[in-house]
Amino acid sequence: MTPHSQSKPLLFALNNAPLILFALVLAVFGAVSPKFLAGDNLVNILIQASATGIVATGMTFVLLTAGVDLSVGAIMFVGAALAGKMVLAGHPLPLALAAMLGIGMVFGAVNAMFVTGLRIVAFIVTLATLFIGRGFALWITETRAMNLPENFLHLGSARIVGVPVPVIAFTAVVLLAHLILARTPLGRQIYALGNNPENARKAGVRADRILFAVYLISGLCAAFGGIISLAQLGAVSPKFGLDYEFKAIAAAVLGGTSLFGGRGRVFPGTVLGAVLIQSVENGLNILNVDPYLYPLITSAIIFLAVLLDSARNHLLATLSRRRIRVESPARTTVGPSS
Amino acid sequence: MSTHNKPQATNNELLSLQGITKSFSSVRVLKDVTFTLPAGHTLGLVGENGAGKSTLMNILGGNHQPDAGQMRLGGQPYAPRNPIDAIRHGIAFIHQELNLFPNLSIAENIFLTDFPRTAGLPWIQRRTLYTKTADLLAHVGLSLPPETLVERLSAGERQLVEIAKALSIDARLIILDEPTTSLSARETENLFALMRRLRERGISMIYISHIPGDVLRLCDDLVVLRDGEIVGSGPTGEFTADRMISLMVGRSLNQLYPTRRGQATTRPVLEVKSLSQPHVVHDITLTLHRGEVLGIFGLMGAGRSELARILFGLDPHTSGEIRIDSKSLGRAPALDRIQRGLAFLTEDRRTEGLCLEASIADNIALVSLRHHARTPLRLIHPTGWREGVRTMREAVRLTAKAGDSQPVKTLSGGNQQKVVLSKWLLAKPKGLILDEPTRGIDVGAKFEVYQLIHELADKGAGVLVISSEIEELIGICDRILVMRQGEIAGEFARREFDRERVLAAALHISRS
Repeated sequence: MTPHSQSKPLLFALNNAPLILFALVLAVFGAVSPKFLAGDNLVNILIQASATGIVATGMTFVLLTAGVDLSVGAIMFVGAALAGKMVLAGHPLPLALAAMLGIGMVFGAVNAMFVTGLRIVAFIVTLATLFIGRGFALWITETRAMNLPENFLHLGSARIVGVPVPVIAFTAVVLLAHLILARTPLGRQIYALGNNPENARKAGVRADRILFAVYLISGLCAAFGGIISLAQLGAVSPKFGLDYEFKAIAAAVLGGTSLFGGRGRVFPGTVLGAVLIQSVENGLNILNVDPYLYPLITSAIIFLAVLLDSARNHLLATLSRRRIRVESPARTTVGPSS
Repeated sequence: MSTHNKPQATNNELLSLQGITKSFSSVRVLKDVTFTLPAGHTLGLVGENGAGKSTLMNILGGNHQPDAGQMRLGGQPYAPRNPIDAIRHGIAFIHQELNLFPNLSIAENIFLTDFPRTAGLPWIQRRTLYTKTADLLAHVGLSLPPETLVERLSAGERQLVEIAKALSIDARLIILDEPTTSLSARETENLFALMRRLRERGISMIYISHIPGDVLRLCDDLVVLRDGEIVGSGPTGEFTADRMISLMVGRSLNQLYPTRRGQATTRPVLEVKSLSQPHVVHDITLTLHRGEVLGIFGLMGAGRSELARILFGLDPHTSGEIRIDSKSLGRAPALDRIQRGLAFLTEDRRTEGLCLEASIADNIALVSLRHHARTPLRLIHPTGWREGVRTMREAVRLTAKAGDSQPVKTLSGGNQQKVVLSKWLLAKPKGLILDEPTRGIDVGAKFEVYQLIHELADKGAGVLVISSEIEELIGICDRILVMRQGEIAGEFARREFDRERVLAAALHISRS
């Protein structure tokens, strides 16, 4: 607990790596294009980051238990396909949206059942539900895109007291998630379980219930993120929700959530991660960069963040190594004289 | 010595076990275990590793169910189905490896499954949480803010948090499993003082240990287990340390250390010259000879294990030289050092010395596997390596009960250590560095480890034994070096061995 004086700034920098990266991204794009830092564009970034951010919030719960949910993108697609079908068949919009959230909960519950009941590794379970979900949705949509009625799009562009609805939704989800994680028994037990599942069980934590809740929350967030994304796009294409699992994991990890469980926060961590990814895409878009380069650049930034995180852990390990000797000219002799 | 101050506590039995029997896959671990614990008493449960203490405690704690027998708690039948059940019955467990979450605060650790809330609302009442925690911490004598993260606490402080947790559930019975293993002498005294205070409050305890002195000081009654059976029980007054040990081991141990037959040569195996690393070690010079058992003694934090890690190439050094067979090692990595005949048994066998989930055979073969992959494709010869494993198992007298394919984690501490030793011996090392080779293993297994060390030396290897037990080093070494603050602070040849002088060198008692 007595770090070198010269490593303190370094540790501070590494501890706040996501924030510094974020500032850097803003500064670089801002310098190249003044349009990037314009208020309208910043709001735009927030709107665009909302869907990813909501899905990533659910993902953070799962990652905190050292699990993973690869099925989030598929959940978005199945939900959207079903909702689209319902709306086009003349069902009221609220009913379709409720059905979409229902799909999220069903998928979450199925994932949870396999993970807790049959003790199958989350990676395998959710990989399976990913394929099942995408396959099912392609089948019911007959792999055709569906254009949704205008009223759906209104939801995406509407504002309440000047604040865009997606941003309000994002804020509400983050606020609730943060409160759950920081201030409820469930939240604190999630951290305990992620730190050491065996110990958590011994301490009387109902591990299965918590895992169930976590996958349910992830499924629900995925479906809700799907609604926000659908409201902005106004159409369900066969590629809807594709690669969202990676975006969500990347946002959480960028925000400092550990893949080994027990460490991470929704706010500011995951929020920052989601906004950071979106800022990069938005900036590249403004600069007219070849869209095929986006994934390369985004992944380079994610790689950098993970690299910095690992550097931070290394530094912490070095600093916490026990000091045996005091290397200074005026060495005091320790030891009791009896 | 008993202070029956609580009226309801006198000879009221709190817990009774009747004919508890348990087998794991046809291996009988507990056989007809019967005893009672009067309320307010402290019961010492002693036995060698593998005697069945942990299984018995796991049954009490609801982790395992007995095959036969009954338990009664406070007069009622007691058959916990899981740990939560046991907690509800007021039984608190303090495990050898503490059950805390370093990423949570003290308060959160204590109230993890019982957070104070306003009825009907999901939110934790932080103020109540912190006042309740502060109250408990005051009882156990820990003056830290309740919101302190556990990762910042020392081993002793964590132990106190565990006890505060036990108090928080109003435990009737606290089970402490080897609680002093990772504590300093002062922390141990604190713990004992706290245990006496708890006893005065009428809390019953089961204290598991294999340090006879501690058990005799702390406990009212004793139960001695051997091979899953009770071989002795009764009030502590009926026991002496010698009697306890002979009951535990099943033979009288008139000799704790084997007689040293061989003799050190003057041919060096490992030479260290002016080795330094800032903040860690300074100007270390030592020579380990063929056939020599060289001890390194020092207090906690004197730099013994750190020196071992540098010698084995795991940590860097800025100046000085390390030589094996007169050839300098330079900055060669550990793999290189292994090939040149160095072996390193680490201080923490569970996390650094073993692959716990892997089998006995796989663990033993690990280091020397490359010798059995000599074909051009580097495929491992399917049977060749098994021969070596078998030879080693016989050489270290590893219990025959355990099959080659049994996971190492199911073995007792002593047998695990034998597996680690086998692994290194199979590589036929010239120089061995053994860091606390007998930590946490029982008396009988210790003796066997000492014998192995002597056999190795007799066959011409140099053995460097790092230990914090002076008696052990005096018992088995040819020469002892003392470390203090990262430096060599003293050297004693066998004829100069003297407990006080060695300790004085380690403490640096000034003669001014």
